[in-house]
Amino acid sequence: MNGAVSDSAAGASPAPAWSKPRRGLAAVRVLIRITVPVMAGLILGAVILALLGRNPWTFYSDLFRAGLISHQGWQAMLTRLAPLLLMSAGYVVAFRAGLWNIGGDGQFLLAAAFVAGLSPTLVAGLPRPLALLLLGLLGMAVGGVWTLLPSYLKAWFGVNEIITTVMMSFIGMNLAALLIKEAWRTESVMVPQTDAVPLDQLLPRLGGTTIHAGIIVAGVVVLAVWYVLRYTATGLRLTVLGASPAAARHAGLPVRRLIVGAFFASGALVGLGAALEILGVWGYMRADWNPKFGLALFALVFLARLDPLGAAPLATFYAVLDIGGHEAARTASLDSDFILVLVGLILLCLAAWQVLRLPAGERLTWWRCLGDRLRLRDTP
Amino acid sequence: MEHTGAPRTGGALEGTRTQPLVRLCGITKRYPGVIANDAIDLELHSREIHCLLGENGAGKTTLMRILAGLAKPDAGSLVFEGRPVLFRSPGEALAAGVGMVHQHPTLVPTFTVLENLLLVGGRRCAGEPWRDRGSRSRGLLGRGFRLPRKEAETAFGELAQRLGAPVDPHAVVGRLPLGQQQWVEILRALWTGPRLLILDEPTARLAPQEAAALLASLRSLKDGGTAVVLITHKLREALQVADRITVLRAGRVAGVIGPERLDAVRASGAEEPALLESEIVGLMFGERGVSAEELELAGAGRARSRSTTGRAPAPALPPTPVVLSVRDLTVAPRRQEVGLHSVSFSLRAGEIFGIAGVDGNGQKELAEALAGERPVRRGSIVLDGRDVTKAGVAARYELGLRFVTDDRLGQGLIPSLPVSLNLMLKRIGRPPWWSRTGRLSRTALLREAERLIQAFEIKTPNPEATAGALSGGNLQRLILARELADRPRVVVYLRPTQGLDARTALAVRRRIEEMAAQGVAAAVISTDLDELLSVCGRIGVLYRGHLLEVVENDGPGVEYKIGGLMVGAPMGGRLAAGADLDGDGASEELHNRERAANHELTSQPDEPTSQGDESTPRLG
Amino acid sequence: MSGILSPEFLSALISGMVLAGMPLLLAGLGETIGEQAGVLGLGMEGYMLFAAYAGFNGALYGGSPWLGLLAGLIAGLAAALLVAILCVWLRLDQVVVGIGLILLGEGLTSVLHAVQFGDTSPRLPSVPGLAIPGLSRLPVVGDSVFSQPVIFWLGIVLILVVHLLLRSTRWGLKVRAAGDRPEALDAAGVGVTRTRFFAVLVSGALAGLGGAYLSVVSSGFFWPFMTNGAGFMAIVLAMLGRGRPVWVGVGAFLFGACVSMATALQLVGVDVPTDAVFMLPFLAVMTALVAFARRSYLPAALGVPYRREGS
Repeated sequence: MNGAVSDSAAGASPAPAWSKPRRGLAAVRVLIRITVPVMAGLILGAVILALLGRNPWTFYSDLFRAGLISHQGWQAMLTRLAPLLLMSAGYVVAFRAGLWNIGGDGQFLLAAAFVAGLSPTLVAGLPRPLALLLLGLLGMAVGGVWTLLPSYLKAWFGVNEIITTVMMSFIGMNLAALLIKEAWRTESVMVPQTDAVPLDQLLPRLGGTTIHAGIIVAGVVVLAVWYVLRYTATGLRLTVLGASPAAARHAGLPVRRLIVGAFFASGALVGLGAALEILGVWGYMRADWNPKFGLALFALVFLARLDPLGAAPLATFYAVLDIGGHEAARTASLDSDFILVLVGLILLCLAAWQVLRLPAGERLTWWRCLGDRLRLRDTP
Repeated sequence: MEHTGAPRTGGALEGTRTQPLVRLCGITKRYPGVIANDAIDLELHSREIHCLLGENGAGKTTLMRILAGLAKPDAGSLVFEGRPVLFRSPGEALAAGVGMVHQHPTLVPTFTVLENLLLVGGRRCAGEPWRDRGSRSRGLLGRGFRLPRKEAETAFGELAQRLGAPVDPHAVVGRLPLGQQQWVEILRALWTGPRLLILDEPTARLAPQEAAALLASLRSLKDGGTAVVLITHKLREALQVADRITVLRAGRVAGVIGPERLDAVRASGAEEPALLESEIVGLMFGERGVSAEELELAGAGRARSRSTTGRAPAPALPPTPVVLSVRDLTVAPRRQEVGLHSVSFSLRAGEIFGIAGVDGNGQKELAEALAGERPVRRGSIVLDGRDVTKAGVAARYELGLRFVTDDRLGQGLIPSLPVSLNLMLKRIGRPPWWSRTGRLSRTALLREAERLIQAFEIKTPNPEATAGALSGGNLQRLILARELADRPRVVVYLRPTQGLDARTALAVRRRIEEMAAQGVAAAVISTDLDELLSVCGRIGVLYRGHLLEVVENDGPGVEYKIGGLMVGAPMGGRLAAGADLDGDGASEELHNRERAANHELTSQPDEPTSQGDESTPRLG
Repeated sequence: MSGILSPEFLSALISGMVLAGMPLLLAGLGETIGEQAGVLGLGMEGYMLFAAYAGFNGALYGGSPWLGLLAGLIAGLAAALLVAILCVWLRLDQVVVGIGLILLGEGLTSVLHAVQFGDTSPRLPSVPGLAIPGLSRLPVVGDSVFSQPVIFWLGIVLILVVHLLLRSTRWGLKVRAAGDRPEALDAAGVGVTRTRFFAVLVSGALAGLGGAYLSVVSSGFFWPFMTNGAGFMAIVLAMLGRGRPVWVGVGAFLFGACVSMATALQLVGVDVPTDAVFMLPFLAVMTALVAFARRSYLPAALGVPYRREGS
């Protein structure tokens, strides 16, 4: 209807200013878009801390020291970043195609279980590079395969993938625990876990730090995903499918193949992240291990879904919170789940901020709502 | 509401027969970049049919949406029965007695007719001015906890009978044919017994006979005391029923024709109407020259078939070769569709073949089946001697079989992508725009985009602007550019001028004719019979998925013949050649299918439709 | 394996089914109402955790399970109010807000629980059952079904109530229209925002009851993350139930039966790995999807914030 209206305006095609933001300004805007709501979330978190009788200032300074500034902190943070980057790249691929892969946690744990379970055999029997390569591919394969059923049901029967990925996620988590307890359980300790492989036989460290080589793999993969999405025909096809399935069908894209492919790639990236985490940080897996990166990362990436590079800073921030938060919570004698509170608050603030930066015509700001209610007139 | 002035009673008394029911004073409404309504004054009277005429985009709909509480004016005031009012929501407008029938369907497709009416609530009180006693006590549960189904059914029967609307109150709306749905829309608008009924292009999707019946019932409503506003861009319709006509142009009132003048014209002979017609067309289109085509677009006078407009096809020419031959094409219906049943026809090079029919009789199915977007259950499609029945969209596009869709923003384009990529949507991954490794070549892409933008006169600031920022006419030019680029052979146009302003519509028709002159065959599927009569040589009619008789567009009387076919009253009594059913068999089959559908309804009364079929849930 | 159909086994299975199924039923009914109105309540898990925590506190300090349930209901309502304001009124993204709420629920309840009951872990007394005279003496079902607390019977009645609410009331009509074709509701003169707002509140209240049931009735104490995916399961049940409360009920109790299978099996000495048994309900849903449900019919406007065109 807007189109019809503007059509009569002497044929002028109004290109609103927001459709082509200037380069320099865009960077500032992105910065503001992320910083302001993050600050707001942290302030709300501070209020809660104060209510709990903790000193917010100490908490936050502990958090950033332990997660970013201290020598150990930034190394731990970068180590944590590797799986997060890969997982966010996986989510980006699915989002681009308009698919809701909510089952990241299941894909992650199952891939991790397979990698941890098979690594003792593979590492012992094969040269290290080959074993690591195979284990990485194994993680990708397991993560990818775990998306096949949802994507098949989605592509052929239109079954909602939110349902199926959540179901598969729960099945995957339980299956991972089951495999560790029944198939790969170590005899050396009482706790159900797999045989541990010494870390020096796994991913190499980066010169003099505790950071493993996985972060490089993750960085390269994120760049590759960015390149594919931005510059190739495949990326465009996924974008078209995600923007409008009807248009994708109209344009003759192989919709089913794209759905299955994007889903598989998404799961494979998550699986690779799991493999790196096992091969770089742990060397084994406990049956009750579940870092639960999935949900928070899902939402953060969702907010930056158009751009894998845009998701990277958010993933980094999440890594800082995750690493530093545990430390800070311990010092403040709080439960470490307080990080979840912080992430939740930041998410809500990020979402709220998006409303405020809609193009002017679309914007229905809360003060306008209030204005209507108070019977104030719109500003013309 | 500082703009609520005192009613200017003095002005109202002179020149009008009665006190107006509604007065709009200085209504102004701006949208980003456009002033949709610019200080419009308008008076509406009881017992009058007031026609609002104007091009698409003249501001008719916006003005009436303001009156119905769907949009808020930026300035101006509304006086209803002498009281200044401000409708902040459709509910308030309804409660005051304003009912509106919208251009787009606004019924819940999964509800029954009665449920759709019950949604509105208020019970009708025959005869007396209606007041919603419950409107003030709107609590959590609204008025009355239980649905008054019994009472509603009685009231419905009464209302439907008075209007002569043959609608089953227990039918699920989504399964009714479009003509019936239109009746339900009207019944719903009348359900609360409004003092003012607004109809926005109510005949746009109806067959001529249905439209005539609708207009007749509007007259009887008017005689019952209701004020009626009829928004239309068809002049003929307005002249037929209007008591008063207001012409809008570019958001302003361009002129008003009062009842005296209209009465006088109707009473006089044949010359007068023509004079009035050209006067109104002048008002609608303003200073710029009014061509005969524009007159025709406005629906002035009789629809002209080709023979009467002097553009008769030259039958002496040797027949051109057949480029597209469709045999026995059968497509399974999806939800709320009729599917296709043994459709057969063929197209010769340079021919423009029209396919008429009331909306929802298989148009979309036919177009998409031809384009390769839907699986075909039976039959064949042969293009230039090659069987393409199994080929996909991309392959058919490559071979020259193109499809100009009517769902421009939903299906044809991706609003969030730049114009340049939208132009290439059906050629993704092809060299030279993409390298063999799949990398996009920006320079090649921009060169092609700029070529097409120029050739098809797409007005866009640059090829990188998002398609969503284009106006409706330019969206259509963009789609035409994509579909007509690179040697087309056969082009399927689905409602090619839907929603376009007159000038663009005319340009689109010219483009179709131009392409035909170059030997490109066209199948124009349209619900606008006048359009088909003006460009097509032969016209077939789609009815419930069957291609009924194909008629030569060769003289007066064609319109009524086709009109009859459109509502399923075949005058010839037989289906097109190649169909495997005779007329009786077809109707019997239809009957059975309806029964089956009804049965399905009773067993699953409330199955929600998933609109986006297998699409992703629209959560983002 | 001889004991597999023994009365003890069946009795344990059925009472476990009720214990695990009731929270799902309540939350599933709530989610049904929200989804029918077009709002995807992804934050169910958050509602339930808040409510479980509040319910536990209410019952502990109030000394009555009823006060606990009431506290849970209010907590669910409060969480839903937040969601309604953000998603319905301000039209924020429902997925992001939902996930945010889940994280908040998990984090806050866990932290508060640690602060409040760090070392002590108090238990609530078990809720007395309402033995139905006569029927409660029946073998197998007597103990497991006919001696349930009153809230169980209320839950069963709620299935009917929600069914009638959606099918036979004006409000239900509005709710379903808001989910299916909000434009139609708007054109009919009913506020879409208002309708959805109240639907989300009702949805939160029901989910709150479900969460409180979890801590007050089912287990008698609170522990962090105690919902353990029940909120997601409720969403799935609502989607599979397609707006029909009866099917939500059937699904909830089937799911409950699967969950309680492990304990019941252990009771009769069959040792199956718990992880395998925990997979059962999810496997059952997937099997059902592969076998029958070709398409999940969701309200057309689910998850889409409503904005009147050109206003």
